[in-house]
Amino acid sequence: MILKPRLEDLKIIGFYLGKIIFGLALTMAVPIICGLFFKETNPCLDFIIAIEVSLILGLVLTSLCRTDKDLNWMQGMIVVSLSWFVAMFLGAIPLYLSGHWKSFLDACFDAMSGFSTTGLSLVVDLDHLSYTHNLWRHIILFIGGQGIVVIALSLFVKGFSGAFRMYVGEGRDERILPNVIHTSRFIWLASLVYLILGSLALGATGILEGMRPVNAFFHGACIFMAAFDTGGFTPQSQSILYYHSFAYEMITVMIMVLGAFNFKLHYHLWQGNRREIFKNIETVTLFFSILVILSATSIGLVQSGIYDNAVVLFRKGFYQLISGHTGTGFQTVYASQFGQDWNNLALVGLICAMALGGAVCSTTGGIKMLRLGIIFKAFKEDLKRIIMPERAVVIEKFHHIKDTFLNDKLARAALMITLAYIILFLSGALVGMFYGHSFLNALFESTSAAGNVGLSCGITSVGMPSVLKITYIIQMWIGRLEFMSVFTIIGFLGACIKGKK
Amino acid sequence: MKKHLINLFLSCGLLLLCTGGLFASGTVTSSELIANSAEYNGQRVVYSGEVVGDVMARKDHAWINVHDGDNAIGVWISASLAGNIKNTGSYKSTGDKIEVTGIFNRACLEHGADLDIHAQGLRILKEGGQIKRQFDTGKRNAVVILCGVVVILWILTLLLRR
Repeated sequence: MILKPRLEDLKIIGFYLGKIIFGLALTMAVPIICGLFFKETNPCLDFIIAIEVSLILGLVLTSLCRTDKDLNWMQGMIVVSLSWFVAMFLGAIPLYLSGHWKSFLDACFDAMSGFSTTGLSLVVDLDHLSYTHNLWRHIILFIGGQGIVVIALSLFVKGFSGAFRMYVGEGRDERILPNVIHTSRFIWLASLVYLILGSLALGATGILEGMRPVNAFFHGACIFMAAFDTGGFTPQSQSILYYHSFAYEMITVMIMVLGAFNFKLHYHLWQGNRREIFKNIETVTLFFSILVILSATSIGLVQSGIYDNAVVLFRKGFYQLISGHTGTGFQTVYASQFGQDWNNLALVGLICAMALGGAVCSTTGGIKMLRLGIIFKAFKEDLKRIIMPERAVVIEKFHHIKDTFLNDKLARAALMITLAYIILFLSGALVGMFYGHSFLNALFESTSAAGNVGLSCGITSVGMPSVLKITYIIQMWIGRLEFMSVFTIIGFLGACIKGKK
Repeated sequence: MKKHLINLFLSCGLLLLCTGGLFASGTVTSSELIANSAEYNGQRVVYSGEVVGDVMARKDHAWINVHDGDNAIGVWISASLAGNIKNTGSYKSTGDKIEVTGIFNRACLEHGADLDIHAQGLRILKEGGQIKRQFDTGKRNAVVILCGVVVILWILTLLLRR
C-alpha cells in the first residue's frame, strides 16, 4: 500500500531546501565582487536581484517549514532533486537579466547545463558578455561539479545523518572520509587547491600566448573551472579554438583528466599512495577505453581524409575524445564540422566516449568507469564459468581503493544504471529525430546532454524548438543525479496523487 | 522599337550594377566557410567582421578572432597589419570592423589543423570604441523593493521564532 505523504514530510523537505537556497545565494556574492573590480554596475544589480529573490524564497521556506527533525532517505532524495531545479531557476535570473539570453527558458537551459556540468549553451553574443556574468557561468559549473548539496553540507550543516542521504542523492555513493561533512569539505579543499594551481598555469600560458594579463588570469580561472568540473563553458564563443595554442590544449587535457578521477583517488594520491592510480579499476578501465575508442576514431578520421598528417589527426582526434570521455565538452573544431567532416565511425567513437564518462564520485557524467569495469569483470566471470569444469569455484575481484569480490548485486546495480543511461540517450535521440535530425546527429546531441558532456554537432542553438530545449534540460538533470533521486521524486508525486492516508 | 531599346539598355545597366556590387563586395560569411570548407580550402577569400577578445601577439605574427555575427574565425596576421587594430570587442567596447583578405585553410597544417585564415591584407571598415552603458534605474528600483521585502520577512522570521 502506498501512503500519502504527510504535511510533516513536506515541512522537512521545505526546510532543508530553504537551507540549500541560502547556500546558493551566498555563492552569487562572488560575481558581485568581480563586477565591482571591473566596474560593471548593471551586471552587479542583476546579481543583487537574484540574491534577494533567493533570500526571500529561503526565508519563506525555512520559516514556514521550521523543524528540528532529520531527513529520511525519501526526503533526502527529494530535497536533492528539487534543489537542482530550484537552483536552475534562481541561477538563471542574473543570466536572463543580462539580456544575452533570448528567453527565460534559454537562461534556464544554460543554468541547468552549468549546474549539471554539461556545457551546452544558448547564449547570444557571448563575446560581449560582462566579466560578472561570464564568471557566474563558470562558478555554476564549479558548484554543480562539486555538488549543490555538498556546498550546503560544507557550510551550513553541523552534523546530521540526513546529510549522507542528500550526499548519495546527488549521484555520489562513496564517502572519502568516515564523516560525510568532512568528505564534502575535502572535496572543496581539493578543488580549491587545484583551482589556484590550474588558474596560475593557464594564466601564465595565456600571457605567454599574447593575452592581456587580466584577461589571461580571468580566462585561466574560468577555463580551469570548466575543465576540472568537466563542464565545457568557455568565456569566448569559439571554445578552446579561441586560444590557438597547443600549450593551452595540453594543460586543459591534463585538467580534464584530473577532473575525471574519483575524489577518493585524489585523496589517496594526496596521502602519498601513488600506486593506487595504476591498480584502480577505474583508471585502468579509463585507459583501455580511451585506447580502444581513440583507435576507432582515428581510423574514422583517416577515412574522412580531412587531416593530412598523423600529428594533426592525433591532436584533433585526441582532444575531442578526451573532452568527450571526461564529459567536458571543450571543442577545437566547429560544431557543424562533426556532422560534415567526421565520418560515422569517428562520430560513433565520440558518442561512445561521451556515453561512458569518467569515474564515480568525480565531476563527470555518463555511465562511469567503475560500472563499465564491473560489467566487464562480470562477463569475464561468466565466461570462466562456461569454460571451466562445473565443480570449479570461479571468483572474480577488482581493486577500487581496496580489493573487492565481485558479486551479483554489484553487477546487477552496474547493469541497471547502464541500461537506464542507454534508455535516456535513446529517448533524447528519438525527440531529436522527431524534429527532423538524422539518427546519428540526434544521438550525438542527446548523449552529450544526458552524459553531461557539452559537445555539440550543431543541434543546440537558440532557434531549436522549446520541446527539444526542455528535453535536454530534463536529460541533463537526470544524467547528473544518476536516476535515484529522480525516481524518488516520481514516486513521491505518485504517492501524493494515489497514496492512501 | 526605341522604347524597347531603352528598356533593354536600362535592364542591362541594372543587371551590371547588381552583379558588379556582388563581385565588388565578394565577402564570404563564416557559415559559408565552415559549411563549404572543402570547396574554399586553399582559396583566397575576403572575410569581414568584428575583432573580438585579445590580439594575441606571437613573435612577428598575431592571432585575432573575427566575428561576423554567426561565428568567430581565427585569423593569422602579420604583426604590422595587426598594429592597425585599435579596438577589440568586449562588454565595454565594440571591436574594429575589419575586412581580411587571405588564404582560407580547412585544417591548417601549420596551426594544428585549426580552421583559419592566413591574412594577406587588412582593411578597417569601421573603428570600434567604448560602449556607453546607462545606469539601469529599473533594476535599481527592483533592488530597493526586493531589499525591503527581505528585511520585512527577516523581521517576521525573528518574531515568529520568539
